[in-house]
Amino acid sequence: MSDVKEKEPWFSAKNIELLTGPLNSKNPITVLVLGICSALAVTVKLEPAIVMAISVTVVTAFSNLIISLIRNTIPSRIRIIVQLVVIAALVILVDEVLKAYVYDVSKQLSVFVGLIITNCIVMGRLEAFALGNKPWPAFLDGIGNGLGYGLILVVLAFFRELLGSGTIFGYRVIPESFYYSNGGMYENNGLMILPPMALILVGLIIWIQRGRNRKLIEE
Amino acid sequence: MENLINIFVRSIFIDNMIFAYFLGMCSYLAVSKTVKTSTGLGIAVIFVMLITVPVNYLLNRFVLLPGALQWLDESFASLDLSFLSFIMFIAVIASIVQLVEMVVEKYSPALYNSLGIFLPLIAVNCAIMGGSLFMQQREYETLGEATVFGLGSGVGWFLAIISIAAIRERLKYSDIPKPLRGLGISFILTGLMGIAFMTFMGIKL
Repeated sequence: MSDVKEKEPWFSAKNIELLTGPLNSKNPITVLVLGICSALAVTVKLEPAIVMAISVTVVTAFSNLIISLIRNTIPSRIRIIVQLVVIAALVILVDEVLKAYVYDVSKQLSVFVGLIITNCIVMGRLEAFALGNKPWPAFLDGIGNGLGYGLILVVLAFFRELLGSGTIFGYRVIPESFYYSNGGMYENNGLMILPPMALILVGLIIWIQRGRNRKLIEE
Repeated sequence: MENLINIFVRSIFIDNMIFAYFLGMCSYLAVSKTVKTSTGLGIAVIFVMLITVPVNYLLNRFVLLPGALQWLDESFASLDLSFLSFIMFIAVIASIVQLVEMVVEKYSPALYNSLGIFLPLIAVNCAIMGGSLFMQQREYETLGEATVFGLGSGVGWFLAIISIAAIRERLKYSDIPKPLRGLGISFILTGLMGIAFMTFMGIKL
């Protein structure tokens, strides 16, 4: 009706910050400790890691958007159930799409697609951001956090696949002739594809990140 | 019987929820600062898993699987509701957690006070949901197997959180590089404990 209220541009500095913050100083995995649950088990190979990252980004972004749209109508006592239903519905959609288009990867991810429902990132962002903000910033926040999560996943998967199997995206990077069995000096690091190594690698990433950004150090 | 013991031991040591699948890591890292609170949360997880896994087993067996609704009417034999499993499982878990909370509050206020805020948090603990999803994926044959699997996974999670909490209490006295303090060292320790747990891998009863 009136143009008195100034309209915020779609990509204002504040909104850009929502997108880029989670990539570094507000990273959901290494700083906020959210969403580690289903993350690490899918990082043995790059392909499932990327599919997982995209799925989580989609679910986080759209659940943030939907909850933010209906935030004023949700009674606060039953909000957890409402949030779970919205997330579960989105995850079912993602799961069906994955089964239809990338069946092999969907098989590899097995139960971890379903576990996006209980992924703390999704729930955490809904509670902390979407319930108190307008839809557009909430949507950006969801994408930002999904990407921040994806970044860690991709870095982990890159090193685990390269050092553990000598491949990237399934293509051989380290030539066959380097291997000990073919007369070379090289052997894959079998520890890399085992679960504990994912945890140790995350520990190292945190170390590097906090070494560079000293504000993040805990006492 | 041997089969049940086998599932029990497997789910505690070999397929440990934390060391093999990283499930329930969020509360595992956030709560494991002292042994006392970790014990409370661990017991709550065992308790909830012991109930939700068998309930979800029955739900899966008699409602969700292809043709599972046949006991209602012959015409339902071709129905496949398995795409609904995520939403059904999480609804069951959320409502059972709520129910358990109410029952515990009524009959054992002491336990309720010691569990405190952890009970509602369990609804979004990945280990609980993971237990139900693994139960569905591994196609356990009987209700007994599903129950034992739920109990074993809970106990495995309990063991993991108690041990990391005990280590973290001692960590205060050690000189760790500053950027690694807190979160970083917990991750690395969990990894090392995971390697230790892998020694159980070859065991078969």
